[in-house]
Amino acid sequence: MNPTRRAAAAMFAGTFLTGLALSACSSGTGDTEPVSSDDVRKALDTDTQLTFWTWVPDIQKEVDLFQRKYPKIKVKVENVGQGLAHYQKVRTAVKSKDGAPDVVQIEYQYLSSFEVNDSLLDLGPLGAGDLSADYVDWVWKQVSTGESVWAIPQDTGPMGNLYRYDLLQKAGVETPPVTWADYAVAAEKVRSTGSYISNFANNDFGPFIGLLWQAGVKPFAYDGDKGVSISVNSTGAKKVIAYWQDLIQRDLVSVDADFNDAYYQALNSGKYAGWLTAAWAPVFLQGTVESTTGLWRAAPLPQWSAGQNVSGNWGGSSNAVLSTTQNRIAAYELAKWINHDPASTTKLALEQSLFPAAEGVLKDPTFTDQPVDFFGGQKVNELFAEISGTVDTEFAWLPFTDYAASQYTEVVGKAIGAKGDLSAALDDWQGVLEKYAKDQGFTVTGR
Amino acid sequence: MTSDTALTVPPARPRPPARSAGDRRRARAAYLFLAPFFVVFLAMLVIPLGYSGYLSLFRTRLIGGTSFVGAQNYLTALSDPEFLAGVGRMGLFLLVQVPVMLGGALFLALALDSGRARGAGVLRLLYFVPYAVPGVVATMMWGYLYGRDFGPLAQVFRAFGASAPDVLAPGTVLGSMMNIVTWEFVGYNMIIMYSALRTIPAELLEAASIDGAGLVRQAWSIKIPAIGPAIVLTVIFSIIGTFQLFNEPALLKGIAPTAISNGFTPNFYAYNLAFVNQDVNYAAAVAFLLGLVIAVISYLVQLRVNRGGTAN
Repeated sequence: MNPTRRAAAAMFAGTFLTGLALSACSSGTGDTEPVSSDDVRKALDTDTQLTFWTWVPDIQKEVDLFQRKYPKIKVKVENVGQGLAHYQKVRTAVKSKDGAPDVVQIEYQYLSSFEVNDSLLDLGPLGAGDLSADYVDWVWKQVSTGESVWAIPQDTGPMGNLYRYDLLQKAGVETPPVTWADYAVAAEKVRSTGSYISNFANNDFGPFIGLLWQAGVKPFAYDGDKGVSISVNSTGAKKVIAYWQDLIQRDLVSVDADFNDAYYQALNSGKYAGWLTAAWAPVFLQGTVESTTGLWRAAPLPQWSAGQNVSGNWGGSSNAVLSTTQNRIAAYELAKWINHDPASTTKLALEQSLFPAAEGVLKDPTFTDQPVDFFGGQKVNELFAEISGTVDTEFAWLPFTDYAASQYTEVVGKAIGAKGDLSAALDDWQGVLEKYAKDQGFTVTGR
Repeated sequence: MTSDTALTVPPARPRPPARSAGDRRRARAAYLFLAPFFVVFLAMLVIPLGYSGYLSLFRTRLIGGTSFVGAQNYLTALSDPEFLAGVGRMGLFLLVQVPVMLGGALFLALALDSGRARGAGVLRLLYFVPYAVPGVVATMMWGYLYGRDFGPLAQVFRAFGASAPDVLAPGTVLGSMMNIVTWEFVGYNMIIMYSALRTIPAELLEAASIDGAGLVRQAWSIKIPAIGPAIVLTVIFSIIGTFQLFNEPALLKGIAPTAISNGFTPNFYAYNLAFVNQDVNYAAAVAFLLGLVIAVISYLVQLRVNRGGTAN
C-alpha cells in the first residue's frame, strides 16, 4: 500500500495527489505538495511547537540560534537514547501515530529502514534538492534518491588510519603503510614488539562495511519499493575478508570486541598500535586515551593498489522529518538550519566536534587549520577533509540494517572470534539475510 | 470445623445472605480500596497481556503489511532452533545453578539461625547486600572482574605466571552467568528461609536438644521439614527468575558479543526479535510460549511437592 502511494506520487502531481494523500493519511498536510516562499514565511511566523529527538550533546546551542531567528517556533529537544534505543522509540512512536517527534536524528545506514514504511517525509518538494551542491557528493547520495531527499546530512565518518607513532617507530615502521600489502608487512613487524597493528573487531558491522565500501564492494541495494539486492559474499567481499583472515590466522591483528572497557584499556596500554577508523575517532580518542597524548598520528587508509586513493565511510548521521509531522515546513526549516546555516554548522564542527558533511565547513580554514596536540600538532581535520573527498560515492544500504548488523555479529563475528572460516561465514550471512528479506516480503535480486 | 458443618447440615439451597445497608456500605468501601490495585492490574497487566496474545496471532511484514496467521507463530517457535536452544540452556541453568544457590542459602540461613555465629545481624546484612545491588550494576561489576586484559581475576593468574582462563568464551560464559546470579540471589533466598526458621517454636528445638539431638540432627529432622513451604517458594521464584534472565545476557553481550547470541536466553531472544528483527508478532508468540514453559514447570514442582506432602 505505502510504496504504491510513493509510486503514484512520482507519476502524478498536483491536485489529484493532494486529495489522495489527505485521504490516505489523517496526519494533515499533503506531503508532496510543493511550497512557495510565501508559505514558508507564513509557517515560520506562526506559533509552532516542534519536537526534535537527537542524542547530539549540547545541540540546544544550535537550536537556540534557530529560535533567535524564528522566535515563533518553539523547539523541544529530547534525547531518547542513542542508536538502537533511539530507533526503537522512533519506530514505536511512528506506529502509534502519537507522540512522534517532528525532526529526528538518523544515521545514514538506517534511513532506508524508515523509508520502507513511509516514515520519512520527502523533503524534495520543500526545496531540499537545492541544497545538494552544499554537501559532499557521496553524503548527498546517502540521503537522496533521484528527486527525493530523505534527510539533511549532519556529520560523517570518512575512514582513515590512526596509529601510534611511537609503537610503529619502535617496530621499525617509519611511514604509515600505503597499501594493504604494506600494512600486512608492518603488522608483522609490530607484532614482534608485542603489540597488534590494530584490532579487527568481532562485533562491529560498521568498520567492516566501511572497509568493503573502500574496496568498491556494493553488498547492499534497495530500490525504494520491494526490491533488495544482497551480495555480502561477492568476490569483492571475499577478497577483503580473505585479507583479514590471513592476518587473523597469523595472529597479527587481535579480534576483541570494540567499545567496551577492555577495549579502551587495550588502546591505553598499547596493545593496539593503531585503529582503522573514522573521522570522528580523533576526538573520541582524546577523551578515551588521554595518557597517550602526542603519540598518535593520522594517515589515509592503506590502499588496495599503489597510487589509488579511496576511502569508505563509517558512521555519521542526518536529521530527517517524520511523515507524521503536522508542521512539515517548520520541521524542514529546523533540520535545514541546524545542518546548513553556516553559523550552526561551524558550531557543530568546532564545539561539538562533529565531523562536517557541509562543504562550507570542510573548506573553512578555522576548521582545517587547527593543529591537534594529541596528534603531535598534526592538522587532523585537514587530512580527514581530504579523505572525505575520496569516499566512493555509490554505496547503499538494506532497509533492515538493524537485522543485518546484528546477524553480522551472530554469524561473521562469531567466526572471527573463533578464528574460523570467514569466507564460509560470509556465505552463511548471505543466506540468513536472503531468508529474512524473503520472509519480510522483499524481492531479492541476484548479485 | 468447616468439615463438621458440611457433614451435619443437609445440602439445602444456599440462601442469599440478607444484606443490610451497613454491609453494602462496607462492601463499597472494600471495593474502593481494592480499586487502585485492579485498575493498575488491568491497565498494566491484563490488557497488555491480551494485546500481546492478539498480536501473536498475526504476522507483519515490512512489505505486504499485517495478516492473520492463527497459530503459525507458535508452530514456528516450537521448531525454532534458537528458541529451543535458549530454553534448553535455561533448563541446564535451572538444574545446575538453582540447587547450588538454594543449597548455599539454606546453609547460611541455618548457620545464622543456629545462634553460634557472632555478629549474626551484620552477617545477615552482608549476605543480603548483593541483592540490594541493582542487577545491571552487578553485571557490570562482574564484567569488570571477569575482564581478560585488566580484570583482577586475570591479574592474579598473571602474577603466578599462568594464563587466565577466558570466562567469557562461548563455552564458559553460562557458568560465569550462573556465578553472577548465585552471588546476587543467595542472600535474598537466605532471608526467606531465615524468616521461616524464626517461626519454629523454641520448645520444639529445646525438646529435641533434651532428647540429645545435635545441631545437625535438629536442622535435618526439624528445621528443614518445618520450612518446607518456604523452600518450595524459593524454588518457584528461582524457576521463574531463571527463565526470565535478561539483564545478564543483555549486558554481558557488550563485553562478550560472540559468546552471547541473540537467543542466549528466551527472554533476551524475544526482546531481540521485537526490537532488532522488528518482528513484534513472533516475539509475542515466543514470550507467550516462555510463559507457558514457566507455568508448566512451576506447576509440576508444586504438584510433586504437594504429593510428597500428603504421603507424609
